[in-house]
Amino acid sequence: MNYVSLDDWWWPYLFIAIAGWLATDIWRWMGVIVGNRLNEGSLVLLWVRATATSLVAGVIAKLILYPIGALADFDVNLRVIAVVLGFVVFLLAKKQIIYGILSALIVLLSGHWFLNF
Amino acid sequence: MQILISQSNRHWFCVGLRVLFTLPALLLASAIIGFVGFAIEAGIPMPEVFAMNVFIWALPAKLIMIASILSGTSITATFLAVTLSSIRFMPMTAALIPEMRQKSTPTWLLLLLSHFVAITGWVYSLEKFKDIPREGRVAFFAGVGGSLFVFNSVLIVAAYGIVETFPPAALGALFLLTPVYFLLSLWRSARDCSTYFAMVFGLILGPIFHLIAPQFDILLSGIIGGSLATLVYVLLGHHQPTKDIDEGDAS
Repeated sequence: MNYVSLDDWWWPYLFIAIAGWLATDIWRWMGVIVGNRLNEGSLVLLWVRATATSLVAGVIAKLILYPIGALADFDVNLRVIAVVLGFVVFLLAKKQIIYGILSALIVLLSGHWFLNF
Repeated sequence: MQILISQSNRHWFCVGLRVLFTLPALLLASAIIGFVGFAIEAGIPMPEVFAMNVFIWALPAKLIMIASILSGTSITATFLAVTLSSIRFMPMTAALIPEMRQKSTPTWLLLLLSHFVAITGWVYSLEKFKDIPREGRVAFFAGVGGSLFVFNSVLIVAAYGIVETFPPAALGALFLLTPVYFLLSLWRSARDCSTYFAMVFGLILGPIFHLIAPQFDILLSGIIGGSLATLVYVLLGHHQPTKDIDEGDAS
């Protein structure tokens, strides 16, 4: 049973509700239940926050190295260089996000243009 | 219902709405446009793209769902792929709740609002909470999460017809915005060095575990990276146990 298995109009929505909504919100609900038992300043909360941060960092690395969608058309080295340079500019610009983003985009697009010239 | 409609709550809710006029909101909207372009490429009609946004909300999970649809994956396997990539919501929500709940906050309200937990609103709220009194934080988060959610849902309907005309390189650039923005905003939101440790471990371990155990890469990098970061933080002597807010200090 995949996304196009049934012709009925409601099937894609049921698919999204089960494999999308339920699949994501059970974790959010469990987070509420766990979070209700944690206290500010506790070591457990510190660990929970560090784990959340590491999980997001893992997602970031995967989005760059193993992208889904149009980003996959760009060379992997170019993607990594663009992000690393963007991060360096961000640090040099006293953590102003806009400078980091613009640098990364400029490197990606000009590098892509250069490689396909 | 009083908790939702008191005047102070309305005020903090409106303060939360200001997120729409910030750089994070602009970047999220651009990334959503990139997602719409990907959905159009996959041949998914607009009402279904809209439904994905409303049901899932978090961008990486929506991308994984479309990739699964494209490869004809079954509903069970899609559920597994989406849910394994979404485990982060548990610690993300669990880290947010202790900073915004009060003893009087009903759990059903937190369960309802937890749907708005996604990286942009989460980072923004954790960063701004220090300027918001505790009694206003639930309303503030509702304003932040709710406005981002509604605005981007409307944006999908409005942009669907236009995005089809975008060149592929422009869409690729929009896709780069998401990880770069997540990276920079997460780094900036750090309150102490434990966040830096956790990020570095996660960035290194994510790709390593992707090669060893692709299904569980994010989960493993999160748990091991987060534990290592906590360990380093404690070993360096940074952790100062604070007073327990629920029990108070009688002396």
